[in-house]
Amino acid sequence: MIPGIENSDILMPEYILAVGGMALLMIGVFLGDSAQRTVSYLAILLLALAAAVVVMSTGNGRLTAFGGAYVADDFGRFVKVLALVGAALVLVMAQGFIEREKMGHFEFPVLVVMSVLGMMVMISANDFLALYMGLELQSLALYVLASFNRDNLRSTEAGLKYFVLGALSSGMMLYGISLIYGYAGGTGFEQVAATVREIGTPIGLTFGLVFLIAGLAFKISAVPFHMWTPDVYEGAPTPITAFFSASPKIAAMALFVRVMLGAFPDASVAWVQIIVFISLMSMVLGSVAAIGQNNIKRLMAYSSIGHMGYALVGLAAGSPQGVQGVLIYLAIYLATNIGVFVCILGMRRGDKNVENISDLAGLAQTRPGYAFAFAMLMFSLAGIPPLAGFFAKFYVFLAAIQAGLYPLAVAGVFASVVGAYYYLRIIKIMYFDPPAESFSPAFEPSLRVLLIASTAFSLFFIAAAQPLVLSASAAAATLFP
Amino acid sequence: MIATLAFYLFAAITILSGLMVISARNPVHSVLFLILAFFNAAALFVLLGAEFLAMILVVVYVGAVAVLFLFVVMMLDIDFGGLRRGVMTYLPLGALIGLLLLVELAVGIWTVSERGAANLAHPTPEGVSNTEAIGRILYTDYVFYFQLAGMVLLVAMIGAIVLTLRHRPGVKRQSIAAQVHRRPKDAIEIVDAKPGQGV
Repeated sequence: MIPGIENSDILMPEYILAVGGMALLMIGVFLGDSAQRTVSYLAILLLALAAAVVVMSTGNGRLTAFGGAYVADDFGRFVKVLALVGAALVLVMAQGFIEREKMGHFEFPVLVVMSVLGMMVMISANDFLALYMGLELQSLALYVLASFNRDNLRSTEAGLKYFVLGALSSGMMLYGISLIYGYAGGTGFEQVAATVREIGTPIGLTFGLVFLIAGLAFKISAVPFHMWTPDVYEGAPTPITAFFSASPKIAAMALFVRVMLGAFPDASVAWVQIIVFISLMSMVLGSVAAIGQNNIKRLMAYSSIGHMGYALVGLAAGSPQGVQGVLIYLAIYLATNIGVFVCILGMRRGDKNVENISDLAGLAQTRPGYAFAFAMLMFSLAGIPPLAGFFAKFYVFLAAIQAGLYPLAVAGVFASVVGAYYYLRIIKIMYFDPPAESFSPAFEPSLRVLLIASTAFSLFFIAAAQPLVLSASAAAATLFP
Repeated sequence: MIATLAFYLFAAITILSGLMVISARNPVHSVLFLILAFFNAAALFVLLGAEFLAMILVVVYVGAVAVLFLFVVMMLDIDFGGLRRGVMTYLPLGALIGLLLLVELAVGIWTVSERGAANLAHPTPEGVSNTEAIGRILYTDYVFYFQLAGMVLLVAMIGAIVLTLRHRPGVKRQSIAAQVHRRPKDAIEIVDAKPGQGV
């Protein structure tokens, strides 16, 4: 065995994605854009295969490779499955759209696979260098995806904005990491944690921590680093917006949790107040700013800002219950969001997708099943019991109360009441407004299956919550040895 | 003594040419000053005994990156005067942010612990050249990052092609295979023309 690569077989899911992604690229290059559909289906298979490998290795305990740069534990495995499933579902729902919009380049699934590879590295990062490399791999692929519809002005604008601001946030984060490295003399999370235990948090180290948090907050689009989100969500092609709101958010949130609890467990005095602040601001802004939106994709952007705020409540608690809450939140958010974006993809008149909320008027009379599914998903996002979204919020607020963060929990409940307004407004428009012109073609079969599955998950979560809650609890426990 | 003098000479030229890069009016001059800065930084590496890094800096940055910059500056019709127009408006804010970052960096360096400072210096291991030491770190200890960097570059390449390549219809391309497979009978027709009858 060559020194330095012991245990490297625990990276099997990453190897599958890296080698498979390059193989897909070769297939695409030799068969041309006519093979886009084949490449896309193979990419879905690839993601499913990687997810299966991750699931099978669950319970193997905490293993590290490459000198501690990479860690495989149940926390990472749980989030990886979410990210992989999210990406695979997005590829399923994107197929019809990109064929209609004539964006059928075979690079699309390849870039999705590459960005998921970056997310896997992020989720398993146990070293600031691995964190940064994973983040850049993921972000670079996402910048390209945002401007994938390159003949569309708004899509290219979205890509450019995302790129410039993303590069700026990466720069801030690197500056913070360099300060932290200056104190710890190393980039491993354990080494940083040992330094903090020994010398506390001198002012320079706190500076580094703040810059690091700023960079990470940008990636999960938490306030005050959220400005890019509405423009990018609105400009990017709809399935890619769905992707942005699913896997990258989940991976970045997991990374956030792992950095804070892995590298700075003894500096919680320094970071908890920052997390409480950005969580509070995200919840409030996500609720209030969404009220005035007329474009459904912008509305979902503000909604995702708010949801990241709720998930951060669990991190602010900093306890196993809190991390469990974050994991449950991410899983439910993913399942509901996929359904909502299927509904948005279904907003078509002939060959053209429409995005205004007013286009939904009277949908209940023209397409009752569609309106019912949309309404249930909106109720779930608003957090109305007994739907799935309620339990997501329940677990994070419960953890916050157990950790003594009463003001945060109370503010979160108020913010979700305000936020319920704009979700309920969509339902009101669908059910009580005079009908607009109906959406013409029915859902494609794959979209119909996704929508039914997502709605059923939201409706019947209460009956089958046990396995998810238990596995989230087991996964959260691995972060607290 | 001479090493110290050389250090200050190279360092001063590096900083001055760095300033000239951002203040020169002519963008081609900016790139030339950038090349000067690279050369002096390479000289600083030589003073540190890191001759491999010095050579790489010259080969990669001067040989490839700076030449690429020169091409971009000369071939793209960018209105550099227009780019500079807003500078004075944003200067106070930019200067404030720069100053803040500088203060933070100063505080950071000032308060950095003895422990961290002791860990920072990685001396070259005994008995191997620094080239070999870099190779060991890059391909053994950091092989994970090395491979990941390769993936990042691959994605960058795919992205550049996806966003810029346009297949124009009607472009005639050379096909070597088709040329090689041409037989005389595909191209030449032998016509037996009888006298007085034409073809």
